[in-house]
Order: sequence, then C-alpha cells, then structure tokens
Amino acid sequence: MKRSYFAAPYLLWMSLFILVPLGIIVYYAMTAVSPDGSFVFTLENLVKAFDPLYMGILGRSVYLALIATILCLLIGYPVALILTSKNFKKGSLIVILFVLPMWMNFLLRTYALINILDSGGVMHQFLGLFGIENPKLLYNSFAIILGLVYNYLPFMILPIHSAMSKIDGGLIEAAEDLGANSWNVFRRVRFPLSLPGVISGITMVFMPAVTTFAVSRLLGGSNFMMYGDVIENQFFFMRDWHFGATLSLVMMILMLASSFLFRKYQGDDDGGVLW
Amino acid sequence: MADKIIDLVNITKSFDGEKALDGVNLYVRRKEFVTLLGPSGCGKTTLLRLIAGFDKPDSGDILFEGERINDVPPYKRRVNTVFQKYSLFPHMNVYDNVAFGLNIKKKDKAFIDKKVKEMLELVNLAGFEKREVESLSGGQQQRIAIARALVNEPEVLLLDEPLAALDLKLRKEMQLELKKMQQQLGITFVFVTHDQEEALTMSDTVVVMNKGHIVQIGTPVDVYNEPINAYVADFIGESNILPGVMHADYRCSFAGREFVCVDGGFMKDENVEIVLRPEDLDITPEGKGMLQGVVESILFMGVHYEIRVRINDDLVLTVHSTDAVLEGARVGIDIEPDAIHVMKLSDMPLATEEELEVAADYEA
Repeated sequence: MKRSYFAAPYLLWMSLFILVPLGIIVYYAMTAVSPDGSFVFTLENLVKAFDPLYMGILGRSVYLALIATILCLLIGYPVALILTSKNFKKGSLIVILFVLPMWMNFLLRTYALINILDSGGVMHQFLGLFGIENPKLLYNSFAIILGLVYNYLPFMILPIHSAMSKIDGGLIEAAEDLGANSWNVFRRVRFPLSLPGVISGITMVFMPAVTTFAVSRLLGGSNFMMYGDVIENQFFFMRDWHFGATLSLVMMILMLASSFLFRKYQGDDDGGVLW
Repeated sequence: MADKIIDLVNITKSFDGEKALDGVNLYVRRKEFVTLLGPSGCGKTTLLRLIAGFDKPDSGDILFEGERINDVPPYKRRVNTVFQKYSLFPHMNVYDNVAFGLNIKKKDKAFIDKKVKEMLELVNLAGFEKREVESLSGGQQQRIAIARALVNEPEVLLLDEPLAALDLKLRKEMQLELKKMQQQLGITFVFVTHDQEEALTMSDTVVVMNKGHIVQIGTPVDVYNEPINAYVADFIGESNILPGVMHADYRCSFAGREFVCVDGGFMKDENVEIVLRPEDLDITPEGKGMLQGVVESILFMGVHYEIRVRINDDLVLTVHSTDAVLEGARVGIDIEPDAIHVMKLSDMPLATEEELEVAADYEA
C-alpha cells in the first residue's frame, strides 16, 4: 500500500469541512434570492461590501488589531528574551503563567475582564485610591485593545521564545569571541535570528485579532463594532446569508493577502514557527 | 625562559562534580604551534574554552602576557577561536561573516573591505563575498571560519578540532595550509585534536592529555620516539606494549628472553612496560631473529602490511612491513636495541612538575 493513502482521511476531512464550505461561501457571495425564491447571480453584494460604512469598520478592525499586535510585540519580545536568558532558572514557571489563561475559554476570560473593568470593579476601586473617579474603562477602543492584548499575548510570546531558544549557543559564543559585548550580541545575532519568530507571532496575533468578534462586542459595545461583529450580525440577526458570505469573502481575501506578505518576510527559515 | 604569551597555572575545572581538568600547568610561547592531544573527555576542549573565556576555572590562574585574565570576558580577550561546528552566522553572507569582528570594532569601511579581501585570498576563497554561508561546502565553511577569526589579527588563534568534519584528503590539505598560514602570519596557534597524526604533522609542541591531566609535553619527534609512559606510546601511533623486567642499565628481558636496550636508570629487576613500535620490528626467516612465531594474520594497509605474529600463548606482536608473508608461516622477529622503549609502570599516567619542565625544555 502506498504511504500516500494514509493521507486519505485528512484529505476527505479537508474537502468536506474546508473546500466545500469555501465553495458555498463563494456561491452565496455571488448570488441573491430572486422574488420567486431561486438564487440568481449578482455582484450587488460585492458592491455593497465596499460601501464606506463597511470599509470604515474594516479599517477600524485593522487599526485596532494593528495596535494590539504592536503592544503584544512590545510586551512579548522582552518577556521572551527574559525567558530565554540562561540566567533565568524559573523560565518554565513563567511560561506556564503566560500559558495558563489559554487553558480557559476566551469568552470566560473576556467576561472576567468586563468584571474587572466595570464600574464598581477592581480597577475602579484601585484607581479611586489615586483620586481617579469613575474612569471610563469599558465600551471604548481602549477596552477592545486591552481585551485583544490579553487574549493574544501568549501567541506572540511562544513563537518568539521558540525561535530564540533554537538559536545555537555556538553562534553566541562565536560573536562574543569576535569582540561583541552583550548589546552587540543581541543586535547582530540574537535579534536577527529571532525575526522568524517575530513574524510568526505577528501573524498569529494580527490575523485572529482582525477577525475577532465576541471580544469587541462585549468590551466595545455596539459603537465599536469590528468586522467580525458585522459578519456575525448578518448571519444571526439580519439573516442575510448572502451579504454575510460576501463580507466573509472580503475578510478572507484580506487575510490571504497579509498571510502572503508575512510569509515573504519570513523567508524559507522555519525557525520558531508554530504552524 | 622564552617569551610566554599564555601561562596556565594549576588550573582545575569541574562540571557537575566531574573533574574535567585537575591541576593543569601549561605555557604557550609566542608564535608557537601547540597542539592539545587526547581522547574525547580528556579535558582538551575545556582547556581551550578557558583560554577563550567561555568558562572560568574553579581554581588556578590564566595569565596572558603575564596578566591574570580569569575574569576578563571573552569579547575583551585578544584571542579568537575557530569552532569545531564552524558556527558561521546563518543570517549573513560570507563578507559580513568575515567582517563581523571589524564591524564591532567600528573600523572604517575601506579598511574592512581591504582586510576581508586579503583574508578571503589567504583562505583561497576570493570572490565568495556575496555567497550565503549555507551554500558552501564543509571545507569552504571551515576556511571562512578561519578567515573570520584571523581577520581580527588575534595574538593567539584557538582551534577546536577544526578539521574533524572534513574528509581525509581535504583534512590533509587543510593541515598543510594551516601550518603555512601560521608561519606566514606569525600568530600563536593552540590547536585541539584527537588525531595523533594531525598533531604530529602540524605542531611545534604536542601536549598529550588524559583524564584532565597533562601526561607529556614535547616536540612531535620527542613524543613519538620517547613517550613518557605506555599511555602516550599507545595513543601516539601504534604500539606493542608488553610486560618486562629491567635487570640493569641497558639490559632488560621480555617475551621470555634477555635483550640489550638503550635505556637505563631503573632499579635492579624493576618491573617495567616495554613498548615496541610495529614499524621498528623486522620479519626474518624462521630461525633467525630474536623471537620466533607464527603469522596469525596479514592485512594490507596501503603503504605497508600489518602482520600479527603469535610468539606464545599470551603474546602477539604487530609488525609493519612492506613485504608480504604467508598466513600460518613460521617467521622470526628481529629487534634492534634502540627499538626497545622501556617505560616505568604507572596505574594513572601522570607527569610530574619536573617531567613537564624537562619535556618543555627539550625545545627551548
């Protein structure tokens, strides 16, 4: 028996649950219901999808996701660096502290965050000690960004940590041997060699952050909808599967484009990639 | 005493309670080619890493031009290392790898250009500047590693089994080239290897190590011809090592008869070890020669045949000869007095302080 036959279940799974649904989405996106109930081909939905209203929400999603990604990178990179340093003996404990929240469902985590930020919550009491009364912590873009960073930070730290720990200690010694102090070792060896992990981390935070829906609705309220919320709305409240499919298609094409972009920068190096 | 550039004084280093180096004393003279030779785990690489600064000794001092450098970090030491695994930077091309040290020192662009070009010419890789290091063969990567270290004009170049990963022919070529470079540039080389032939070919001084101790220091000729004990004799080249008794000066016996030898200074009837180099033994027709035996096996080795001759139930001698004999034939073996090396018995091969001084002064 040829070994490739073993891939058959996976291929079947892929076709049934990925290719076929994709086809259905494209089909729905390109059609509308005619008065007699049958589906007719139309580009109407596609045109509507480029309406400034939806483009604005898309723009906001990309913007919020971008800020969250940058914050994750700014927080995550130093954490990964500390975790990897050989002087740091408790590395695994800290990794667990960062991974632990991932064992909980993200909705639970988000509800917890609402409780913390809500009026009368821990944050309000804490800030009250410093004379800051009734700060608006919920239902704004700050809350969404906080929620995104909180949820996706581990996805930034882990690939960077993995890329850094794969760096051959011999290279560090070689750099020291050639006269590099610890700053130069970082700048010329550690940092460039950790970049594949950074790219992977950015991909793994940015992509799900752009498409996120529940987090933004819960923390941002109806005034700070993200693209994912709009898609959810079309399917569950407006019951317009055709337009929902069109918006999903736009989203997917955007994801595909950014994924290609990231891959280009990642090059052929497989260091530190989680998927 | 000659100009010492590196002086290691009573160095001890343990890893997880295992002594990797135990009271090692060694000095290296300027422009000398010193080889640390020994089996894996003998402490030779540890010694090199202490000189480079990657590890610190538990006790003892490392002196560089008379100054204690125990606590000087590697990047401040005037030595450079060629690593066994090359350790070239994978994210840089050949030029940037070689220029790394000079870039760190913020030399100006024209100077770096000139030096890198010179170095690549020295290692026969001119024109490879823009190549990615991963596209190069093992031998080429090794040359880049050497160029990357030498471009910094170190006082001492440390080489950690740099040729171990190369095939035989390339290794021989690189041995000659390294020796040539060392003489051309006048840099001190400290070379680590487990290959005794490599050590003998390239070095001014060979340091034989075992289990964290230095066993013998001497010129290649001395170490080969006058091994200090059976361990060195066995490690440097092939040897027949057999028990014997020293009756008086120049008179010993082994293999059931008495021989004239050239060694003296033992106690009367002292038990000793006799070392016979296979190439020093001659096969003679049966009945002639000093020992008689039966050819047990004969193996063609290229330049010579390796012939194993059984003398008695307990003793088989290995003889190297360019003439073939028939398996099972009865032959004689002739042994010249100066082919017999008499060694003191020792459980743990250990050189004393005096022996080290004497051995090192052979050369001075």
